[in-house]
Amino acid sequence: MKVRAVIKLKAGVLDPQGEAIRHALGTLGFDGVEDVRQGKIIELDLAEPDAQRAEAEVQQMCEALLANTVIESYEVELP
Amino acid sequence: MKAAVLVFPGSNCDRGLAMAFQSAGFKVEMVWHKDAELPAGVDIVGVPGGFSFGDYLRSGAIAARSPIVGALMAHVRKGGHAIGICNGFQVLLETGLLPGALMCNAGIRFICKPVELEVATASCDFTKDYARGSTVIFPVAHRDGNYQATEEIRTALAAEDRIAFRYKSDINGSVDRIAGILSENRRVLGLMPHPERAADPVLGMTDGAVLFDACSAAAAAADA
Repeated sequence: MKVRAVIKLKAGVLDPQGEAIRHALGTLGFDGVEDVRQGKIIELDLAEPDAQRAEAEVQQMCEALLANTVIESYEVELP
Repeated sequence: MKAAVLVFPGSNCDRGLAMAFQSAGFKVEMVWHKDAELPAGVDIVGVPGGFSFGDYLRSGAIAARSPIVGALMAHVRKGGHAIGICNGFQVLLETGLLPGALMCNAGIRFICKPVELEVATASCDFTKDYARGSTVIFPVAHRDGNYQATEEIRTALAAEDRIAFRYKSDINGSVDRIAGILSENRRVLGLMPHPERAADPVLGMTDGAVLFDACSAAAAAADA
């Protein structure tokens, strides 16, 4: 089963890279971009066939390694 | 007196850190990340700067889950000393031995220059030979040096006098201009600037030597 972990900086944490992207978009003429937040997507291909168990497992992975929960939040997306 | 310097794939300040320990009188052993034990009789563990595991995922994140870190945690639990510099500070935060996180500099640039730091506390074995409030110059060389922590952590660090060094001026967006912090028992120091690159006249800066000499004095007292 393919599961995605979507990892973002928590709301309120300044995102310097998002800000640089916003600035570059403005330079390219894309006006009106008020905010950009960037993060990462980690796609996992799991042997586990049960969606609920897969979701729980990826949540554990996020807590243990994939996200730094001091500054990042995560969401687990099932197919 | 013995110091162990951990070595990860991508560490590049490990030998500099070893030299700083040696100059202060330590016998130094380099310890590979796949080892699960520290050498017997280690007084202090140094976690060096660099780009461990290519900074993949997050700076320090993969290194913090390597086998030797279990031994580092046990050493710290027993009251042993540890210092993490730059990427080593990132590793210590990822292990949870120190609170907070380091993220991309506010200016999104790699900063590589000597900076002025305020010695924010002299109440620990690392900084006891500096005067509190005095200024030292160590080089910084980082892109992910922007220290962030919750209000709760910031309040605790300030209340417990656990901020070891502050940037004299804001260079990377760190909250409260924090450059280095101590653990609750004051025996673990993590900092972004490089005292080992300011520990020999040949390097043009010597303020860092005081820190390593102080570690050596603490180790000698403990061994006695």
